[in-house]
Amino acid sequence: MKIGIPKEIFEDERRVAATPPSVHKLIGLGYEVIVESGAGEAANYSDAAYEKVDAAIATDTSSLWKEADFILKVRAPMENPALGKHEADLMKEGAFLVSYIWPAQNPELLEKLAARKITSFAIDSLPRISRAQKMDALSAMANIAGYRAVIEAANHFGRFFTGQVTAAGKVPPAKIMVIGAGVAGLAAIGAANSMGAIVRAFDTRLEVKEQVESMGAEFLVLDFENEDGSGSGGYAKQMSDEFIKAEMELFAEQAKEVDIIITTALIPGKPAPKLITADMVKSMKPGSVIVDLASERGGNCELTEPGKVAHHHGVTLIGYTDLPSRMAKVASELYATNLVHLLTELTPEKDGKPVVNMEDEVIRGLTVVHEEDITWPPPKPESPVSPKPAPGTEEPSAEAKAAAKKDADRRSLIGKGVLLVVTALALYGVGAHAPESFLQHFTVFVLACFIGWQVIWNVTPSLHTPLMSVTNAISGIIVIGAILHLAQAENIAVGIMAFVAVLIASINVGGGFRVTHRMLKMFRK
Amino acid sequence: MSTGLVSVAYVVASICFILSLGGLSHQESARRGNLYGVAGIIIAVGATLASVDGGITAIVIAVLLGVGIGIPIANKVEMTQMPQLVALLHSFVGLAAVLVGFSGYIDPLIATSGTEHTIKLVEVFVGIFIGAITFTGSLVACGKLDGRIDSKALTLPGRHLMNLAAIIVCVFLGAWFLGTESMALGIVALILMTIIASVLGIHLIMAIGGADMPVVVSMLNSYSGWAAASIGFMLGNDLLIVVGALVGSSGAILSYIMCKAMNRSFISVILGGFGQTSSSSAAADADQTVHESSVDDVCEELRNAQSVIIVPGYGMAVAQAQNGVSEMTKILRDKGVNVRFGIHPVAGRLPGHMNVLLAEAHVPYDIVLEMDEINDDFPDTDVVLVIGANDTVNPAAAEDPGSPIAGMPVLEVWKAHQVVILKRGMATGYSGVENPLFFKDNARMLFGDAKESIDKLVSGLRG
Repeated sequence: MKIGIPKEIFEDERRVAATPPSVHKLIGLGYEVIVESGAGEAANYSDAAYEKVDAAIATDTSSLWKEADFILKVRAPMENPALGKHEADLMKEGAFLVSYIWPAQNPELLEKLAARKITSFAIDSLPRISRAQKMDALSAMANIAGYRAVIEAANHFGRFFTGQVTAAGKVPPAKIMVIGAGVAGLAAIGAANSMGAIVRAFDTRLEVKEQVESMGAEFLVLDFENEDGSGSGGYAKQMSDEFIKAEMELFAEQAKEVDIIITTALIPGKPAPKLITADMVKSMKPGSVIVDLASERGGNCELTEPGKVAHHHGVTLIGYTDLPSRMAKVASELYATNLVHLLTELTPEKDGKPVVNMEDEVIRGLTVVHEEDITWPPPKPESPVSPKPAPGTEEPSAEAKAAAKKDADRRSLIGKGVLLVVTALALYGVGAHAPESFLQHFTVFVLACFIGWQVIWNVTPSLHTPLMSVTNAISGIIVIGAILHLAQAENIAVGIMAFVAVLIASINVGGGFRVTHRMLKMFRK
Repeated sequence: MSTGLVSVAYVVASICFILSLGGLSHQESARRGNLYGVAGIIIAVGATLASVDGGITAIVIAVLLGVGIGIPIANKVEMTQMPQLVALLHSFVGLAAVLVGFSGYIDPLIATSGTEHTIKLVEVFVGIFIGAITFTGSLVACGKLDGRIDSKALTLPGRHLMNLAAIIVCVFLGAWFLGTESMALGIVALILMTIIASVLGIHLIMAIGGADMPVVVSMLNSYSGWAAASIGFMLGNDLLIVVGALVGSSGAILSYIMCKAMNRSFISVILGGFGQTSSSSAAADADQTVHESSVDDVCEELRNAQSVIIVPGYGMAVAQAQNGVSEMTKILRDKGVNVRFGIHPVAGRLPGHMNVLLAEAHVPYDIVLEMDEINDDFPDTDVVLVIGANDTVNPAAAEDPGSPIAGMPVLEVWKAHQVVILKRGMATGYSGVENPLFFKDNARMLFGDAKESIDKLVSGLRG
């Protein structure tokens, strides 16, 4: 099967869906690869580099589309102004496609693809599970965007990020607030932190606090009773009105103080929440910078102009929507690798023939058009933290289970009752008939059993073997009894027996403690 | 030394022993715990020596000789032979209890009469009974663990009746023993009972198969404690009672934990014979195929993985593969792979057996996790390496209600992206149950000796 890598036609898109190393791997999976001439130019990959790894170069755009059975690209298929045709219509009927598609925003595109029977994998619809991480282009691109956001901010910010004390005077460090600690937010935190800025971060999902702190930022906490914003699939969900009010107050307060705000807040399937109002922008110090990573989806700041750099109230608002593309080389590398991983999953036999296994959670999530059917949205994925129900082939009916439980309960109750009665009788017997001296020992015995019971439950399971060998060594205490007998032995037989008893009990004591010591010495962190 | 001082010394020794067991609750304090134990026994023996009048020479010789034999054995033993050693040492306690019991009957330290005398005789009788069972049972367990005795469960016809008959006979002997005035007849009764109890001990443990050994060893551990406690009653010695009770309850709890981990009642384990009568009724369909893998493929998978969980079983201990596993862990961790270990509570032949082996091979203990800690993480794991484990990773326990091991908590390795099973052949595990894991789509078999396979993987990962 032939894989086609067309040149991206979206304005200012510099990325490409395959790099020479990834083409090499694709060929290893049994595919042939055709690359449109100049496809990798903007990302610094020459046609010659592709030819070197045995890719064919197509000089004519429409012939590439016509010839390829499997198109890998970055941006969703769109109208090609040069050819006057939609890219979906350029494709072979029944072909395959991997690209960003944003099925929620582009229903007509899905219909177009379905009409052409193009099995389409939307890389943006990848389920967020660990197994799929290697194909997670959104995260890979968000990482780049987060880094680039800091670079753009630094570019427009008139000061150092680090604080410096120089002969020419003292310069304070830049203070940066990052809103939204997803992949992009975390990357931004890391980049800003390593440049020496003071970084604070906010996220509605409390579970990311640790990640934020691990990247070297302070996690801003709302003074608000615990509402956790974790939605399904590790994304954020929409919060209550009171929460948003408290959140806005926090931002208003921070806006007066910080020099740079980087916003990355997105909620799946919804326009970006407006978090930074015009008033907040006004309250910022002159020369401050806001980078709005959500600008493509409307922006987190009211004044953001998508795709542009704007200036309001002395504040620079950066609304670029093409941050990953501004680092086209690394973005192409990562994206191409994501696609290679996806194709590896799709081609288990490495024979150049994709297999669409709709039983596979990852493939199912990705596939938005399967032959002529629109298969988006997929069945709802499970949340990453919710415990999975135990697998069972056939669940017994509720009544049967209840009855069985009742039965078991009754049985265990009877068992407990019998045990209680027997214990009570035994205790009565002991108390009524046993002599004083026995009762004293008996008290000691029962108490010691309870102490043992309490102490042993605390023993960590990994130390069960040492526990056993140490209790074994300790039970060598029987040597005391043997010693007492040996000391008083008048009868030769008793003497010999006691001697042997002391001997073997001592072996037990010496060996037991020694071996425990050896074992414990080995446990190390 | 006055009786008061001896009592105080015994109290101190008792506290030392309690601290000793308490110290074992965490790795950090465990070594201190062992030292407390040593201190306790030294105090106890010292105080006892100071309190006795004669026979010091004989005692010192016996003690030094015993310690002199015990320590070299302990120094020499391989960590994989730990279960045998522990079982052997249990048998010593049992034998000592029998000997002390006889001595106590023939030559009592304290003269008693009336009810007290009767109680003492009961104590003697019970002490010897438990001691004898512990003695022979532990020897059999030791033999089985060492491979000298076939570890398969020996199921004689009517074995439950035989055991019951043995116990009834012992009860009658006990009644006769209490009733007789003559010491000679009493000794005969005791010897007869000892023989029956010894046979009973052998038979009981012979009927229990290899994989139930963790329960058996901890049960024998418990018995040795109860034997010491009953000897303590006989001698009126509180230290022996306290220690016996501590050890007894410790062993009992361990047995309970092990049984729970296998979802079986204590009684069913003790009665033995598991797995033979209920062999693979749910036999696998004949057309199922296993996917065989190669060392190179597994290396590749490990290299590309971000998260790896290793599930060792008794097979790793048998093949002595733990050092290779540790080496592999180190290489993978240096590459940034998140490597962890998942340990089933009954993996191996002793509670915590795997932990000891891994510790010996210098695997850091904080990446060695218990089943409950790690079971939820399997779905997010790229590769699971199952090394010589079988029943503890059998999905039939969770999925097939008709399986003999149904309901037993198992490590849910099949939920991982990829499972690689290192195994010698397609034989079933101890329970004799077919393992559907091997036929799962995400399972790959790497046949061969665990140690050789691991060594190959290590050199493959290095290269």
